[in-house]
Amino acid sequence: MATTTTLDARLSPLPPATGRAGLRGAIASEFTKVRSVRSTYWTLAALLIVSIGVGAAITGGSAANFNHNLANKAGFDATQTSLVAFFEIGQLIIAVIAAMAITSEYSTGMIRTSLTAQPRRGTVYAAKAIVLTSLTLTISLVTSFAAFFVGQALLSSSGVSASLFHTVTIPQNANVNCPGPGKGGGGGLPPGCKVTFSGVDVIHPSTVLFAIIGCALFVTLVAILAFGIGALVRHTAGAIAIAIAALFIIPVLEQALPSNWRWDIMRFLPDAANQVVSVTIGNNGNPHLWSAWPQLGVTALWAAVLLGAGAYLFRKRDA
Amino acid sequence: MIEVHGLTKRYGEKIAVDQLTFGIEPGKVTGFLGPNGAGKTTTMRCVLGLDYPDAGTVTVDGHDYHNLAYPMREVGALLDAKAVHGGRSAYNHLLCLAQTNNLPKRRVGEVLELVGLSEVAKKRSKGFSLGMSQRLGIAATLLGDPRVLMFDEPVNGLDPEGILWIRNLMKALAAEGRTVFVSSHLMSEMESTADHLIVIGRGKLIADCSMSEFIARSSGAAVRVRTPMADDLIKCVTAEGATATTATDDDGAIEIRGMTAEAVGDIAFEQAIRLHELTTVHASLEEAFMELTASSVEYHAGVPGTATTSGSGA
Repeated sequence: MATTTTLDARLSPLPPATGRAGLRGAIASEFTKVRSVRSTYWTLAALLIVSIGVGAAITGGSAANFNHNLANKAGFDATQTSLVAFFEIGQLIIAVIAAMAITSEYSTGMIRTSLTAQPRRGTVYAAKAIVLTSLTLTISLVTSFAAFFVGQALLSSSGVSASLFHTVTIPQNANVNCPGPGKGGGGGLPPGCKVTFSGVDVIHPSTVLFAIIGCALFVTLVAILAFGIGALVRHTAGAIAIAIAALFIIPVLEQALPSNWRWDIMRFLPDAANQVVSVTIGNNGNPHLWSAWPQLGVTALWAAVLLGAGAYLFRKRDA
Repeated sequence: MIEVHGLTKRYGEKIAVDQLTFGIEPGKVTGFLGPNGAGKTTTMRCVLGLDYPDAGTVTVDGHDYHNLAYPMREVGALLDAKAVHGGRSAYNHLLCLAQTNNLPKRRVGEVLELVGLSEVAKKRSKGFSLGMSQRLGIAATLLGDPRVLMFDEPVNGLDPEGILWIRNLMKALAAEGRTVFVSSHLMSEMESTADHLIVIGRGKLIADCSMSEFIARSSGAAVRVRTPMADDLIKCVTAEGATATTATDDDGAIEIRGMTAEAVGDIAFEQAIRLHELTTVHASLEEAFMELTASSVEYHAGVPGTATTSGSGA
């Protein structure tokens, strides 16, 4: 009984339909959505500027600092220093992009149009999560490597820069001998002080590679977590506030807890992983946290739970 | 073909749609009429699976909307023309919709051409007027060449040219054998577009009948007369058993019920009453609608061809 008369000569007939609308079309659609709004590009620009720019400022500052106090080279983690802007501030930008990937559909009303085109909500949700995760992972890897290389370039003359291509040794301890009463503190050493180093930390390229990729994985997990929050609260400002609270404010508040048990809690917070994955010098890690993989597992668990809860409500609630 | 059976939807304590049952036939424009807040949009949202009904079923061509193989090839729906991401161009907006249903890219350009938006295809829809947004929304509904079309208040905020365009489009779509279901609270708009009417008030079905039946159902025709000798004429027609009232609108015209225009003219001629106007007035849809929705008591008044609501206040 299908009437396939087209409305107008300008509409060409459609090819016969086979199968059904599914995940492939939904992924193509979500990719079009992401690439066709300007906010994607300016948030990406912000991510790169912050992660690489602020990262460069921090590593550049460290390099300059060595001129004032050579002793600071001891135990200096050049990899972590170059990545700290990315995994601390960049993660927030990623969290905003990720939350908005779903909340913007609600704020604009687009969700009703999207779910009319593809009413199988699990498909829509999965497509969004897949596109977000793959794009975030790609962007995070690019940003992480870029921040690393820019940072190491700025540290290259210091002798303590990290490398992906050969093993580096970093002095473990610094002994400062100053003639006369040392002024102490204030950052710079008084003139005439002699710094001698003892012991070395050996950093293998594989450790550095793991830190760079680990930070990108961490930020990607943060994106999934923020996406889940976005799906739960369906409101941009609310989702961003909750994500920032979870990643930034709770960890700070947690510092105020009694030290005998705050560490036990810290392990279970979603942001704890970044304090261990970025570390390339064994002694610098936080001794109270688990190692990198288990801590990433904690973040992944948060992401999975929020993603799942978001999926459940996305399917169950009225759009 | 849309079939709604026993549809009930609550938002908290408030019942938006109450045991609604009706069917929408292909090949004609079916108007969905009711005052603001009557539950029209809620009903349409349930048809599209955006809201889950608390009770009852809704099917499109026999299927739950969620199970349609290619929803856009079955149903084209425009609920809210502003429900788009304003930062996306018209072209990309349609492209991302087309991709979900594996529709060819070329359709995007074609429907943009059809609705007259080719010139602004690359422009972000943020800057579109309401009329342009409506056209964009209609372009989206046509992407999949669907057999069923649903429009929620499509003429809201449109200029006369836009209204005429949509009206003709809906008629053309119905003439091609498609099911066209269009809601409005503007009775006058329905009068010139719809062949069939579903009327609801406070979430309940009031009438489900053809347009002509619906108008005939109301208190019927009147004769509108303007005369400088109104008192004399009123005396004469009331003596013949008709009723005369002052017309509501203007200029001292009177409306006579219970008598044909011919009879009124004859009386006037015999009594030498000068007439300046003598017209048969058909009850407008507006009046019929007001009458039907005047109070909830009348919601269940028998209308010819009405599918009565179950769960009525028996």
